[in-house]
Amino acid sequence: MMIEALIAVALLGALVTFVAPNRIAGKLAFAISLVPAALSLWLFSAFDGSGNALLDGELAFESQFEWIQLGDYTISWFVGLDGISLPLVVLTTILCSLAILSSWTPIDERESQFYGLVLFIEANLIGVFAALDFFAWFIFWEAVLIPMYLLIGIWGGPRRKYAAIKFFVYTNVASLLMFGAFITLVFGLGDVTSFALPEIADAMLEGGPDGLFGLSGSALASVVFVAMFLGFAVKVPVVPFHTWLPDAHVEAPTPASVLLAGVLLKMGTYALLRFNFTMFPEQVAAYAVPIAAIAVISVIYGAMLALAQTDLKRIVAYSSVSSMGYVILGLIAYTQFGVGGATFQMVSHGLISGLMFMAVGVIYNATHTRMVTDMSGLADRMPIAVGILIAGAFGYMGLPLMSGFYGEFTIFFGAFQSEQLAYAPLFTAAAMFGIVIVAGYLLFALQRTVFGPYRLETDYDLGRAPLHDVAPMFVLLGLIILLGVAPDLIFEMITDAVNPILETGGEL
Amino acid sequence: MAVELPAWAGLAPVLIMAATAVALFLVDSISPRSTNRALLSGTAATGALASLAAAVWFITAGVGTPGMEGGHGVIELFDGQFVVDQLALYFMIVVAVVTALVSVASYDYLQDHAYQAEYYSLVVLAATGMSTMAAANSLVTIFIALELSSLPSYALVSILKDNRGSVEAGLKYFLIGALSSAVFVYGISLVYGATGVMQLDAIAAALEESAAAGGEFAYDGLLGLGILMLLGGFAYKTASVPFHFWAPEAYEGAPAPISAFLSSASKAAGFVITFRVFTTAFPLEVTSDLVGVDWTLAFVILAIVTMTLGNFAAATQRNVKRMLAYSSIGHAGYALIGLAGLSADGGELVMGAAMMHLLVYGFMNTGAFLFVALAEYWGVGRTFEDYNGLSNQAPVACAALAIFMFSLAGIPPFGGFWSKYFLFTAALDAGLVIVAAALVVNSALSLYYYSRLVKAVWIEDPVVDRDTLAQPTGLYAAIVFAAVMTALLLPGFGPVVDAAVDAAAAVIA
Repeated sequence: MMIEALIAVALLGALVTFVAPNRIAGKLAFAISLVPAALSLWLFSAFDGSGNALLDGELAFESQFEWIQLGDYTISWFVGLDGISLPLVVLTTILCSLAILSSWTPIDERESQFYGLVLFIEANLIGVFAALDFFAWFIFWEAVLIPMYLLIGIWGGPRRKYAAIKFFVYTNVASLLMFGAFITLVFGLGDVTSFALPEIADAMLEGGPDGLFGLSGSALASVVFVAMFLGFAVKVPVVPFHTWLPDAHVEAPTPASVLLAGVLLKMGTYALLRFNFTMFPEQVAAYAVPIAAIAVISVIYGAMLALAQTDLKRIVAYSSVSSMGYVILGLIAYTQFGVGGATFQMVSHGLISGLMFMAVGVIYNATHTRMVTDMSGLADRMPIAVGILIAGAFGYMGLPLMSGFYGEFTIFFGAFQSEQLAYAPLFTAAAMFGIVIVAGYLLFALQRTVFGPYRLETDYDLGRAPLHDVAPMFVLLGLIILLGVAPDLIFEMITDAVNPILETGGEL
Repeated sequence: MAVELPAWAGLAPVLIMAATAVALFLVDSISPRSTNRALLSGTAATGALASLAAAVWFITAGVGTPGMEGGHGVIELFDGQFVVDQLALYFMIVVAVVTALVSVASYDYLQDHAYQAEYYSLVVLAATGMSTMAAANSLVTIFIALELSSLPSYALVSILKDNRGSVEAGLKYFLIGALSSAVFVYGISLVYGATGVMQLDAIAAALEESAAAGGEFAYDGLLGLGILMLLGGFAYKTASVPFHFWAPEAYEGAPAPISAFLSSASKAAGFVITFRVFTTAFPLEVTSDLVGVDWTLAFVILAIVTMTLGNFAAATQRNVKRMLAYSSIGHAGYALIGLAGLSADGGELVMGAAMMHLLVYGFMNTGAFLFVALAEYWGVGRTFEDYNGLSNQAPVACAALAIFMFSLAGIPPFGGFWSKYFLFTAALDAGLVIVAAALVVNSALSLYYYSRLVKAVWIEDPVVDRDTLAQPTGLYAAIVFAAVMTALLLPGFGPVVDAAVDAAAAVIA
């Protein structure tokens, strides 16, 4: 019942924080969020699962019992962790604690509501990664939307209403598409009477759906595959469904951006891995080229868009599009290093993008501008924040000994030798060119903001940032370097869970 | 040794309600000017909760389970004029829940109001009528119960005597109500004329007999017309198209707790008699053989038209209360799916899903209207703009409102998601692809106007500066309780599903 405890602590904490007085809400929320963080680290140390949760693996901390019975179908409460979901749960709890800490400075109104919503998101994010019954999973998946909508809409920047609505409409429509597709699939799988994902995965790999509404089984599977891919692709997001992301990011308050980039985007790729890439090996093979093309376009186009921005936060936001493009490329490669590297990159990007958004947030708090054109020579005035910004940028560029390097390298390595993907070397080479652009815009932005003469005309005190602003960034930096130096901390458990997927797909 | 309860004790939920109403009348006659709000509202709420407890106790003890011996089976009273089965108990629970919520919330709403005791006794009396509707098993008792709930409702809608809107609404409600009652009674007389009996199972028996005798039925036209007229009466009571015109007017003019009461409890009661009459008295095959019309077709059309019209009208409103009123029409359309799907195998799932939706609706819709009551209590105004930024002053109530709205729209993780999802799958299962599609499209549309209210209270900046707003205990308690239930229904939906589907299966079989 450890996973339930994790979720329950965050949920109850959210309630308590919501009604607590504003004065203490931030500290209270941080104290509460340490409990799930500590618990998840304990889960990490006590992890004894093996294999893939959906493919007859040994789950850790599993619990399952019947929830609702309607007609022939059973909905159950089913949670458990394997090597893919555990790192993401740990990422969630740690990032949430750090995000709460980093919001002490910028959030100065309606604190109790703010921190209550953050803890509510945390509970649901843990649920998304731990749930193994489609309904439990979908409820957590959708429940993330509402607090994020409010976080952007209430505490966001000047165009927050537009950004919040856009975020909500895009992701909700995508979820409904995906929901409808998946439910159709389950109905099409004649003899499946439960929504437990392992059972559905089994049935899909055994023979697939029988057909429904006059569609043949394979046609139904293809339709569902495409609909689900689109549903998740919006969340990731890939080009051309990425337009909600920069708006949401730029308007969102720093901690919401941290969670959005750090964890929410991973929901999309995690779901792609769990659903599309685990349950539909045939369709993955059939659609490999278009998906790889989407991935490469996301990488290049996202980077080009970032290159064209002058708003520091927008640059970081667009860089997520290209980073998540790498993840898709790794998944579609369908090799051990490809899929494993993609999963590793999810964690790594969560840490690095969280770090970058925090650094941008600290700079914005001090200077009250995010425009690259307005800033210059910040290195002298706020050495710590700038140092961290530079470190984060290097992480993005894939500097060795930082986690980004390992993630991207394994993805390229895996993608290059992919047998399933036609023209794999070509796609890989094109995606690798993205690194050059990424390095280009990051260095360009750094050069203008950090170096040169100081010429910002402002009354704000650019003194040293307070400890609670800096500490979370150092923790993240530490984790980035830790994973860069010792990737096997999580990469082993990841490959352990990834291999069964490739075996059923005939790749190992 | 187990104590054997007499058979009439089966009506305990109704009797408790009636006794409470009488007790309140008694208070009123001893002290006509009494404004002891705690006593009055407390009595009403206690009565409703006692009724709720009795109904829950019965349903968990297995009363009404068909075929169970020892006083536990279906209880028939007065030669079958009343029947206490699971369907009846289930809807008694819905009615009692809403009554309790409304009574508690009225404690603050009726502050400084002249007709306190009258108000509560009318509420409980109407609730008695609605509970009776749940158990009525003959066209006569149905009609009496219907009037017992309607007459107090007319008075309640217009109880704000100094408010022109309230009086006008009451008048409209009364006129249309009287007209529909006339139509309904005429329908009853036609059905009686065609079959010679009033009791629902006897009607079914008479029809079956004629069908068995070779399908020759002298009064098929009469019966068909009678059924149509009954349908009209039900459409009125459940605020379904085409007899829905009164609803927005009445809900808008009435005191907000009464709007909550009418749109949740009264609607649920309307549905229970509709369910019972059409499943018990007019078995599908026999009726379509004799009359030549499959009445589920009528409900398919009614459901689609009602939900579409309700949702489109709701989307264009500027006034929050009217928006909720139209959305309540839309939800009547969802519940009508329960009858539309009866022709297929697995009809009990469709009807069970509709019943679940009505239970969830009892919490979320009551809660939403009670929030409007809170806004009226504060005097913040009626339009969406007036609600802007309320969350600054009242975060807890606004959080509850967000829960109600997202639940009404059918967004996870709230109770409304489950019931809508079950309606959707059950409708698909029954082959009603068009109805299921209409449900999804309408739900998607409804998100627009529900989220608009959430956006108003949470995201928009207030139009006028407000000081701190009072936090009335009763209203807050009712709203928070409704919100907690709406959220808690999620983990606890298993028993609700079982109760609803069992009850539906028992009636259909």
